[in-house]
Formats: sequence, C-alpha cells, structure tokens
Amino acid sequence: MNIVILKYNAGNIRSVDHALRRLGVEATITDDHDLIRQADKVIFPGVGEAKYTIEYLRNHGLDKLLLELTNPVLGICLGMQLMCSHSEEGDADLLGIFDQKVKKFQSPSTDFKIPHMGWNTLTDTKSPLFEGISDNEFTYFVHSYYVPVCEHTIATTDYIHPFSAALHKDNYYATQFHPEKSAGVGERILKNFLAL
Amino acid sequence: MPLAKRIIPCLDIKNGTTVKGINFVELRDAGDPVELAAAYSKQGADELTFLDITATHEGRKTFVQLVERIAAHINIPFTVGGGIHELRDVERLLVAGADKISINSAALRHPELITEIADHFGSQVCVVAIDAREDDNDWHCYLNGGRIPTAHKLFDWAHEAQERGAGEILFTSMNHDGVKQGYALSALRHLHEQLNIPIIASGGAGTKNHFVEAFEQGMADAALAASVFHFGEIPIPELKSYLCEQGIPIRKL
Repeated sequence: MNIVILKYNAGNIRSVDHALRRLGVEATITDDHDLIRQADKVIFPGVGEAKYTIEYLRNHGLDKLLLELTNPVLGICLGMQLMCSHSEEGDADLLGIFDQKVKKFQSPSTDFKIPHMGWNTLTDTKSPLFEGISDNEFTYFVHSYYVPVCEHTIATTDYIHPFSAALHKDNYYATQFHPEKSAGVGERILKNFLAL
Repeated sequence: MPLAKRIIPCLDIKNGTTVKGINFVELRDAGDPVELAAAYSKQGADELTFLDITATHEGRKTFVQLVERIAAHINIPFTVGGGIHELRDVERLLVAGADKISINSAALRHPELITEIADHFGSQVCVVAIDAREDDNDWHCYLNGGRIPTAHKLFDWAHEAQERGAGEILFTSMNHDGVKQGYALSALRHLHEQLNIPIIASGGAGTKNHFVEAFEQGMADAALAASVFHFGEIPIPELKSYLCEQGIPIRKL
C-alpha cells in the first residue's frame, strides 16, 4: 500500500510516521503533487496555527491539490480544522471541504481549562473509521479551537459543550484528536483508515 | 464522562539511562528508559515526563538520541525537560519527537523564552515547571532544582507564565516533595482558581488517596509522581481502579 504523509510546515508529521511504522507501514513524507495524487491514502497531519499554515499551503499549491484529491484523505487536528471553511484563529479562510466555521472555546470558568488537553471520550461514532471502537473510548486531544457538531460529524466529544471529534464527507476523513498519540485506540483508528 | 484526569510517571534520566531504582515490573533492562516507558504506557499511564539531569554536553546529545527512540516506540504523549536554555534546545527536542517541553530555571532567568516558544511552536508544547517552597505563608520559587531561592512568588510567577504563553503549569511543592504525605492542596487549589491553563500537581504522593485529594481538593488536571510508581508501591492499574471507584474521571484501558 502506498501511503503519503503530506509534508508542510506543521509539527507532528514525524509522530504520524512513527505511528504508522509501529503498525508496520512505511509511508512517504512528501509535498510532491504527483506522488500525493497517486497515493492509496493521504494523511494530512498538523499542529500549529491556522492562518500561517493555510498561507503556506496556498504558496505551495497544496490547497488546490487537496481539493482535487479523490483518494481517501485523513486530516488530523489542525489538518481537520484547515479542511473547514473558516477559522476564528487568525480570521482565516480555509479549504472549505467541510462547510463549517472553526470556533474558539469560550471557557465559562477556571473549571474548564483552555487548551482542551488530555484524554476524552468519543460518542455517537458512525463510520468505518471507528470499526471495533466502542462508545466512550478515550483519545488524546490538544486544541483551543473546535468544529461544532454538524451534518458531517462522525464522532462527538463533550468539553464545555459537544463538538465534532471527527468529520467525514466523500473521500475526506478528519479527526480533532491525535490517533498517533492515542495508544491502542488510536492505532485501531489508523488501521481502519488504512483499510478503507 | 468529562475530560479525564491524567496520571503522569516522571523518569529522571542521566547519560541516557534511568537513574532511580526501578523494581515495579520485570524488565530486561530497568535502566532503559524506552523499555520502562513502554511498560508504563501498557499499564495505563496517560503521559510520560522525562527529566534530563545530565550535566555534560555529551550527555545532552545522548538525551536527544533517546528522545528520538522514545518517539519511535511510545504511543502516548510525552514531555521532556532539563537542560533547556534557549529556543534552539527546544527545537532540537521537538524535532526529535517530544510532544511538549518543560522549562524551569530558564523561564525564571529569561521569561521571554516562554513567549518565544509559544510563538514558534504553540502554547500547547510549553510546560512551565515551578519549584516552590512555602515559608511563613509565602510561596517562593527556586532555581536549579530547588537549590537557589529567588524573589519570585509562586502565584505571581504562575500568572505571568500563563500571560506569556505557557500551555500548562507543573507545580512542585518542595515542602511536600519526597515526604509522601500528600500534595500541596491549598496551593494547587489557589492555582486552579487563578489560572485558565491546566495544572499538573507534583510532589508528595504516598498513597492512592493522595491522588484523589489532588484532583478533588487541589482541582489539579493531572498528577505527576516518580518513586511510588518506580518502586511499585502504587501500581498504575490499581491506582486507576481506585480513582474510578472514588468517582474521579479517569481513562480506563
């Protein structure tokens, strides 16, 4: 299987590569447009800031490429947020694969710390991405912005209020949590994506 | 189920090997941090912290290589600290695969480093560790692993660290550390009420109930401990079952 991890100016690209290696999968980390188009699966990871990152993608023509892909794509964390239409982070217009606005968590009290950091549960999972994952399994989150629950939501997590833990539309899948850091549950989700 | 409270074993590393005696589980090489980390991950640790206490330049290089090995083998998040003086040190450790870095003395000496890290890599990677001691009802921050007192006061400094861009505060009470009589609950609670970022409690764990207190009374978001885990006094699976029974939100395996 030919797996590509999209190379761009974001953190945690190597973490995803390590996680795939632990599953026995050798991925190619590249920004080569042809290699990305030809891949069986594309992973679009990300840790960073929305506005700065989308500008980088545009400057390298990767925004258009991501929109053209027909192979299964998995966005992770910032990768998922970049696939939405807009983010309050930097007031940035984004890829628009999911017609959703990314919002900043508003904490009602110091009982809800920002960022939402740590292990939280997945509920209402509905996708082959979560095959074998039962409700209330924990995955690892680190984020200050969120995507509201919407028609594309395939898993929900509650912090301050319910939000989208994962999204799906056509060939595009995305998780707000980090499967590459979510122990056995995360490994299962990555395996499920590879098996799509 | 709300966000789970995190349990974090802390490993001291010198010249690439674990320092404190470890006897909680049969390991081929108890000195190998990677093998130990894998065992903790398997037991249900939510995160790991590796503190480099090496003093030499050579040892520092060994630590970076170790971070690369940890990143390749461990499937939960980990923080590394010790010997970070400038942005380049941070970058080296993040490139090697650390999820977060923890700074202590460097932050007190050069508070602008917190902002630089947050601006370059995001607040979420920047843990500001604070060693503080309470004397005459006043908490003062210490440098160099608690050896040098400073004029900084705990609550003011923690607030400044947050404003400068810290993503988490790791608070160690020097009065409680190593005594095994419980965490510094009132100081923890004060930090919780004062700050908008997560707080990791450190120093004082001796019993399972001390963890309950840290979460319920101290309102800590995470609890870090070393010896009670390393010497098998409190096995993590047993601790997590106990916390569940006490109604603490915990990630069960």
